[in-house]
Amino acid sequence: MERRAFYRNGTLPWLLIGPQLLLVLVFFYWPTSQALYWAFTLEQPWGGGNTWVGWDNFAAIFRDSEYWTVVGRSTFYATVTTLLSMAVALTLAVFADRALKGTKLFQSVYVWPYAIAAPAAGVAFRFIFAPESGLIGAINQMWPGIWNPAINGWQALGMVIVCHAWLGIGYNFIFFLAALQMIPKSLSEAGAMDGARPFRRMLDLQLPLIAPTVFFLLIMNLISSFTDSFGLIDTMTEGGPFGSTEVMVYKIYFDGFKGFDYSGAAAQSIVLMLLVIALTIIQFTWVEKRVHYH
Amino acid sequence: MIERSPIFDAISYGVMILGLMLVLLPFWITFVAGSQSIQEVTQVPINLWPSSHLLENLQAAWDRADLGPKMLNSFLVASGVTIGKIVLASLSAFAIVFFNFRARMVCFWLIFMTLMLPLEVRIVPTYAIAANALQPVQAILDVTGISWLLQTLSGVQVSLEWNLLNSYPGMILPLVATATGTFLYRQFFMTIPDELVEASKMDGSGPLRFFWEVLIPLSRTNMLALATIMFVSSWNQYLWPLLITTDRATYGTVVMQLKALIPDPTGLPDWNVTMAGALIIMLPPLLVVALMQRWFVRGLISKDK
Repeated sequence: MERRAFYRNGTLPWLLIGPQLLLVLVFFYWPTSQALYWAFTLEQPWGGGNTWVGWDNFAAIFRDSEYWTVVGRSTFYATVTTLLSMAVALTLAVFADRALKGTKLFQSVYVWPYAIAAPAAGVAFRFIFAPESGLIGAINQMWPGIWNPAINGWQALGMVIVCHAWLGIGYNFIFFLAALQMIPKSLSEAGAMDGARPFRRMLDLQLPLIAPTVFFLLIMNLISSFTDSFGLIDTMTEGGPFGSTEVMVYKIYFDGFKGFDYSGAAAQSIVLMLLVIALTIIQFTWVEKRVHYH
Repeated sequence: MIERSPIFDAISYGVMILGLMLVLLPFWITFVAGSQSIQEVTQVPINLWPSSHLLENLQAAWDRADLGPKMLNSFLVASGVTIGKIVLASLSAFAIVFFNFRARMVCFWLIFMTLMLPLEVRIVPTYAIAANALQPVQAILDVTGISWLLQTLSGVQVSLEWNLLNSYPGMILPLVATATGTFLYRQFFMTIPDELVEASKMDGSGPLRFFWEVLIPLSRTNMLALATIMFVSSWNQYLWPLLITTDRATYGTVVMQLKALIPDPTGLPDWNVTMAGALIIMLPPLLVVALMQRWFVRGLISKDK
């Protein structure tokens, strides 16, 4: 979109945009290019600069079967979290959209999880799921030892996924409700005249019409569950038991900051970056083209 | 409401109430456990009704995690990010939308691209830049030979260093360096009609006056939305402050303290204190979201779509 009326001024726009550009260059572009540099070089022990190693760092992580386990686990984590969170939020939004009396109250509470810090939710859910505490842990009284996420890896992963999905409900709900409210009322009325009951209208009329939002949220949720799980995992399981909740971000942190393997961590960062970029590109092109209101 | 369907209405309420319980359950349990004594909180099954020990648990959590100074740090960082973002985003969006200069689109894309990669995926190199924020300048001087020239001429070796570890700028600046706000302001500025710009020009006011007296008052809703989103997201930061502050006692934020509140598996399982602490830490962003809901929902939707 081009503006017909604008200002001409040689230096002023640069002064206005300068600070933002400077920050972006220093804290975004420089580190990103630095990551590329590290990914293709190997740091010499005891200083002495980096030597160029080409694709060796990537080859090393791709050869490592443990890395593939982590990638597979992250994919599983992201998919289940996304589907779970979106399904709950969509259900709530569809019923909230009926605007029955008192819905406003429900709506404002559904948004709350958006405000909560992942580690805070992590601590709360850790207590809810603690085997020794009196909530989920209570089933251990009936069947001793059946629930213990500190030992059972699948239970630990499930616990983190439930918490991550819960955190996403607020954000997803806002978008689903907004999309549903954009559907013209006349369409639902026409459907009703044709004899479609409310539930039928939800499935055959509303859902297809909000397809673009569904795809948008799908990508956003996948990105956030691939990248934004550190706070949860660190407070809930620390990647354990026996690495069974270690996902890509956690491994990068661990190899980089605990193992001081900058080159390996950089190569892993690049892989994760490419994944996120790919998802964003799908979002911008594929989705915009394929999903139409018609 | 299109037709009367009492049965379906009842189902709707049923689902919405179930949803309410699902969303509220973690909050309720945090509150209930935070109000119980250690005997009550270790009961199996737990009593889901609040008890009378809330205040003493809050006090215990506050002392144990040293929440006083940590609260102050969290507030400083969150308001720093919020204010910094609003100022920089509105100025840069103003330049992009209302000025015609050659590199306009390049600048826009340079800023816009940062939406693609969240801080978490470039955490290792961003940490390195925070250790010395002047690293790029040094690199430029080295590559262009200026530092060599200076060294041969004056004998002084050029090694610039600005360490951001354990400092407020280090905690704030990388969080400001994203496109969220710029994009939000740009979307809004695009809706300003050309006539408004022309009228202001005709009145003889320059660009800065137009920005300050027309655009800023008009974009107040926008600002509230952005402020809410930024406050919540920066208050809730965990990984970045964890990395950049080694001096936890001075620069730690409340969210970083959560882990310290979790009872040791071999020690006393005093989850009541942990939950009281979690309650304190969740409260500020929750209040902001609850109070600002109307504005921030609008902002969130126009930001991402």
